[in-house]
Amino acid sequence: MAAVLEIEGLAKTYRSRRRGTRRALDGFDMRVEAGQVHGFLGPNGSGKTTTLRTLLGLIRPNGGRMAILGQEVPAALPTVVGQVGAIVESPQFFPHFSAQDTLSLLAGAGGVPQQRVAEVLELVGLRERAKDRVKTYSLGMKQRLAVASALLKEPKLLILDEPANGLDPGGIREMRTLMSDLAASGMTVVISSHILAEVQLICDSVTIISLGRRVAFGPVAQVLAQHSGGGLRVRLEAVTDLPAAADLLLRSGARVTPQDDHLLVYEVDKPATVTRTLAAANLFVSELAPVTVDLESVFLQLTATAPVPGQHRQVDQSAVVDGTSSSSSDSISGGWGV
Amino acid sequence: MSLFNTELRRLRKRRFVRYLTLGGLLVLAAVAVGMFFTNQKVGPAQIAAAERAADREYQQNLGYMRQEQAACEQAKATGNADVGRFPPDCSSIQPPPREAFQTDWHLPATFEFREEFGSTLIALTAVLGLVAFVGGASFIGAEWSTGGMMNLLLWRPQRIRVLLTKLGALLSALSGLTVVTIGAWTAAFWATGTYRGSTEGMTSGAWQSFGLTGLRGLALVLIAGALGFGLASLGRHTALALGGVLGVMVVGQFGLGVVLGMARVKFVEAWLFPTYLLAWMQKKVTLQNWASCQATYNGECKPATFDITWQNSSILLSVALVLVLGGAIWSMRRRDVT
Repeated sequence: MAAVLEIEGLAKTYRSRRRGTRRALDGFDMRVEAGQVHGFLGPNGSGKTTTLRTLLGLIRPNGGRMAILGQEVPAALPTVVGQVGAIVESPQFFPHFSAQDTLSLLAGAGGVPQQRVAEVLELVGLRERAKDRVKTYSLGMKQRLAVASALLKEPKLLILDEPANGLDPGGIREMRTLMSDLAASGMTVVISSHILAEVQLICDSVTIISLGRRVAFGPVAQVLAQHSGGGLRVRLEAVTDLPAAADLLLRSGARVTPQDDHLLVYEVDKPATVTRTLAAANLFVSELAPVTVDLESVFLQLTATAPVPGQHRQVDQSAVVDGTSSSSSDSISGGWGV
Repeated sequence: MSLFNTELRRLRKRRFVRYLTLGGLLVLAAVAVGMFFTNQKVGPAQIAAAERAADREYQQNLGYMRQEQAACEQAKATGNADVGRFPPDCSSIQPPPREAFQTDWHLPATFEFREEFGSTLIALTAVLGLVAFVGGASFIGAEWSTGGMMNLLLWRPQRIRVLLTKLGALLSALSGLTVVTIGAWTAAFWATGTYRGSTEGMTSGAWQSFGLTGLRGLALVLIAGALGFGLASLGRHTALALGGVLGVMVVGQFGLGVVLGMARVKFVEAWLFPTYLLAWMQKKVTLQNWASCQATYNGECKPATFDITWQNSSILLSVALVLVLGGAIWSMRRRDVT
């Protein structure tokens, strides 16, 4: 399948006399196929917004290559930008203009027919408030306006940074439906979001970034499968038999993690091995199920950002590519707002 | 709709720009109306009234001198305490001659178009220049600080073209405003001259001179707009332009003037920016140093003089323009949009 978006080895380093050198992107790679809804995930300060800004020509990279719709950017950005709709970070608009004026001016600047303004206002549910000044809008309404501005061009590639931010539950569901409809119409959508349940629900594929590097990518199901560990959850008829069962399984070569009322068993060739081994010792299995993971747990595991009781994680503390963690005192790290 | 037309439309829609322009025009209208009502035509009746007033004033002085002379003689005769305040010879107390009380002093203000219209063009330029500077700074500064510029760059990722198109739109609007205002201003003062003064002596040469002054005024308004635009673009905020100018005026002009005065520097005004603005409009400003003596053939001392011409001013204004706009373009090209 053709790639709509390709990023290879993207690097961006910020230099400051006060804070020294900070590598926001450190050889980041990303690929999005045509027609996909692609989730772009990462903890705060991991480099998501820097990636999007760099891709859209707002930030100059220090290295790497990027291509949108097969054309190298930033060189071809003026040519290709007409096919890219984007919102980056929180929606920002001139507060004293109405939504109608805001979109009309953008349409004028981009050579989009003015009747498209009414269409996108209808699409995002702002028709009734179109003539109100943006300063009177709630965050959710501004978010809708931002999505409307991105859709104005009828883009082939839609890039949305936190599109559900500030939306009410109904708005989130509407946004989900909109994304699905747009993808069904052939549009490629890249969504950066922290609402991982939503991402898991609507995305075909994901890229996870941590400290400026890609730590996971691929179809959602594949990423989940890769990080489920192939484990099995084993319950016995009697909880008191769990230690003996754990001992037996360990001796058979499996890796066992005891839990309160069950065992998590890894590194067994097939589930039948477990039942056979335990049955031979008169220990009878009441439940044998593969361990499933969700995107949130995979994200927390890969980025090492799971909360730890009694600790207060700082924004720069997340995983580097080999899975170890880094602190903000390191010279190579992400940063707030990157 | 082209980017240029869109930017013109954006400028027209900006509420602050509208109010600022309206405020400036109201000030100018107040000046024009005030000038109309504070001037009047001078005819035989006004001259006769002025002669009567001058005569009345002479008579009052004559009576007062006679009283003083009588008091002097009485004081001399009685030898009372007041004798010290009179001259030794009471006959030396004489009234001024009748011709010292000039009729012109009592004539009402009358507007001599040929003599006075040039000065009013300086006032007009000052008001429009202020509107241009603040409006230019706000036009780009508010775009940067509210995120509107980033949005626009997502649609038109040609930074220099966007910046220069915005500047072009601003300067076009300022040109239109200034030309129309100068036209209305000329008409208003022509009416004042016609009905409240005189329009005699307006040869084609006089009109040409006013035309050139108007052109220099237009240039100054455009330079003020471009400087405000450039400074706000450099700082990406309106406040940088306004604060910068306030700082220059308070520290660089008032403070410098005081320090140079204390250091007894010759021609202090040559170091002050407003002098160059005045020289630009008047074609020449002659500074005088009263602490010097340039001897003349008849033994008189004349102060040393120093001319600042409009050519000197044009060099200063060009350097300021190149530095500020060059800096803004360089900054637009090099700095990341974050």
